[in-house]
Amino acid sequence: MEDEGKKQNGIVDRVWDFFASVKLAVIIFALISITSIAGTIIEQQAGPEKNIMLLNKIFSISDAHTVYKGMAAIGLTDMYNTWWFIALLLIFAMNIVVCSLDRMPGILRSMREPIKPLPPERFSSVQAGRKGLLKAAAGKSEEIVTEALRKIGFKGRVETAGGVTQICTEKGRYGRLGVYVTHLSILFIMLGAVAGMKLGYNGSLMLLEGMSSDMVKLNNGKEIPLGFEIRCDDFDVTFYPESERPKSYKSVLTIVENGREVLTKEIGVNAPLTYKSITFYQSSYGFFANRNALFKFRITPGGGAAKESAVKFGQEFDIEGSGFKARVVDFSPALAINSEGELDTFAEAMINPGALLEFSEGDNVRARQWILRNYPETWETPIGSIEFRDLWGAQYTGLQARKDPGVWLVYIGCVLMATGMYAAFFMSHSRIWILLQEESGATRISIISASNKNRAAVGRKLDRLMEDLTGSKALPDQGGQS
Amino acid sequence: MNSSFFFGISTIVYLLAMIAYIAYLVFRKNPVGIAATCATVAGFVSQTIAFCLRWKEFADIGQMGLLRAVPLTNLYESLVFFVWCIILGYLIIEWKYKTRSFGAFVTPVAGVMLAFISIGGVSAEIQPLVPALQSNWLLAHVTLSFLSYAAFAISFATAIMYLILGAEKRGQLAYIFWTATLALFLTALIAMGLDFLTLKVSARSSQTFIQNYLFKATFRNESGAVMIVSVLFLFAVMFLVWRFGYMLRTLIQSFSITADMLDDLTYRLIAIGFPVFTIGGLIFGAIWADQAWGRYWSWDPKETWSLIIWFVYAFYLHARQMLGWRGNRIAFIAVVGFAVTMFTYLGVNLLLSGLHSYGAQ
Repeated sequence: MEDEGKKQNGIVDRVWDFFASVKLAVIIFALISITSIAGTIIEQQAGPEKNIMLLNKIFSISDAHTVYKGMAAIGLTDMYNTWWFIALLLIFAMNIVVCSLDRMPGILRSMREPIKPLPPERFSSVQAGRKGLLKAAAGKSEEIVTEALRKIGFKGRVETAGGVTQICTEKGRYGRLGVYVTHLSILFIMLGAVAGMKLGYNGSLMLLEGMSSDMVKLNNGKEIPLGFEIRCDDFDVTFYPESERPKSYKSVLTIVENGREVLTKEIGVNAPLTYKSITFYQSSYGFFANRNALFKFRITPGGGAAKESAVKFGQEFDIEGSGFKARVVDFSPALAINSEGELDTFAEAMINPGALLEFSEGDNVRARQWILRNYPETWETPIGSIEFRDLWGAQYTGLQARKDPGVWLVYIGCVLMATGMYAAFFMSHSRIWILLQEESGATRISIISASNKNRAAVGRKLDRLMEDLTGSKALPDQGGQS
Repeated sequence: MNSSFFFGISTIVYLLAMIAYIAYLVFRKNPVGIAATCATVAGFVSQTIAFCLRWKEFADIGQMGLLRAVPLTNLYESLVFFVWCIILGYLIIEWKYKTRSFGAFVTPVAGVMLAFISIGGVSAEIQPLVPALQSNWLLAHVTLSFLSYAAFAISFATAIMYLILGAEKRGQLAYIFWTATLALFLTALIAMGLDFLTLKVSARSSQTFIQNYLFKATFRNESGAVMIVSVLFLFAVMFLVWRFGYMLRTLIQSFSITADMLDDLTYRLIAIGFPVFTIGGLIFGAIWADQAWGRYWSWDPKETWSLIIWFVYAFYLHARQMLGWRGNRIAFIAVVGFAVTMFTYLGVNLLLSGLHSYGAQ
């Protein structure tokens, strides 16, 4: 394309050249980096208050308002979605496409064509590399050299032309494609991202234990239907001993479609649930005290059989065989004994829930006792054992719901990028040419090598080859880089 | 024998190696050089054993399986791993380039860093992981990210050395640039050392440290006087490095390190760090984020700054390989790359908020 391209320097060619230039690439790298910095400092998609407060550290309050208005006008408060940032990404993509197309024909040609013998005069130059005498009978030299090449991991091909015999071989030719695969992978990722943005959504929903929802709230406040119902059957959070650090939190979710339960699964952080291409992620949780929550007890009266019981706050329940009634009169999600020896609520989350039970006989209150879920010794009461199993319906699970039809493109892009990078940086294309010349009963061999990376390693292999063939290491390699 | 015992041994052995390397530079006797290399290898082996033991201890305490108990969750562990990476990188360079000249620079950094870390607080404390970090991706994401950070750190050192060799006059832009960068870097290291000594914080998670303790003993001190003294100290260091920088140049020249070799080393280190960072930091990070948060990319400040690192080094590689940039300006890009890396590691947690701020208690 070199010559034709220069002749008709029309507008198309000039646009093409513009997008095919590496200079454009590095300018785009710099521009995307610099603009991105602004996006990490200025709070994105947040209300004006936060950013005005930030600006107020430098400007007076009235100036801060003016500056904020200016920033908002050019989109700095939501810059990853502004037309100019997207334009930068588009130019970046165009740059990759055109650069790859521009170089594609040459690359494909070199991929198809295997290594060719070198003109014999190249071997006679001073810098031709290793030279030596093969101590073998004439006819067998080709076999011996091929065998020696095999030992260092190369597959030799014998070429005879004009009475000159050359053995040439190469390795890692496809490694040269690594750069293009890497560039292609970026396009896959960008395409996947666009597909995800146009055809998918990202939203959240909060479900109290026992509640269900068929809508999801998007980040922009819009609510859209899921097409089925999702219910939280149970939520459970455990904490590390003596700390408020959560160890794990899990929700049991059930999908209800057309009134029928189709799927029940326990999800946790790093373990989501996918149904009909919508994925639900465990993202947060919380405690919400309400009158409908159920205290679940397992009651074992003295000498009697265990019985499950679920009651609301303040609701009276019988303790069979004892004549006593009980009810929950107080509750704390996180109970601890403070330094004065009093009970104290220390957190909002259900780290150590406790219920204060009031026992009565007829109309007379007989006793009160705190029962803590995590401390079995508090379950023993005068009328038998009351195990506090759970307060159900007072915790909510925060779910992230996502639909992204483009995510598989992103994954393909990731795999391509990893492979491409590996090939581009860690594989080298090495070529070896060996000239064989008959010389009074012996064979003189001359070696030229070229490698685009890690020439020292190839050199060491050639040293071994020379030692194998001639018994000495001969001249050091001066192979060129290409 | 637990992990701290072996860490202690490697600290001492690295410091012995430092003495041997300096002796080697002075006397130029081969046996001394071999002794220095052996000491470094011994320290490295001991540190590797310590790392494995620590891993096992973590797995035993955390009870979350061997794969997830990567001992890289607090500051102490991450800095120790960083030292390990640097020594590994150095040993490879020594072997590949057949030169021991860098040893006298690297081993003191390693020894002093390990010593600081062990003085700076209780090292045995192990923090269990919050649910978001309980994933098999932690191992791949964190170790590869740190490996690439270490490669970038060494490339920063070689690029700065290149600039030191290349700039002759004090008025030259390159001279002012490298003296200012080096002074800033040294002051930051000293300030962090003071944090360790006064606040005893190495058992904290690195995020907690960065947000609540970093530079608290100096630049972010409650007392205004200490802050002013710290800033004055920074300027003093800048002036001293600027005034006496030529001595460093003479020193490096005397070690028979050439500018070409430094340029080549910088390139090779970036050519290793860049793909490792892309695969381990960006790709594995994105896949993990996709599984944990439902978003492979959310323009969170940590992510965005990682992307900036990626673009800066992409800039370096394209400018050097395709546009033929050489000399001071390409070394300058390598320095900027590491500055951005450091900002991603420290500055983002210190100044910007986002999803990656675990442990922000």
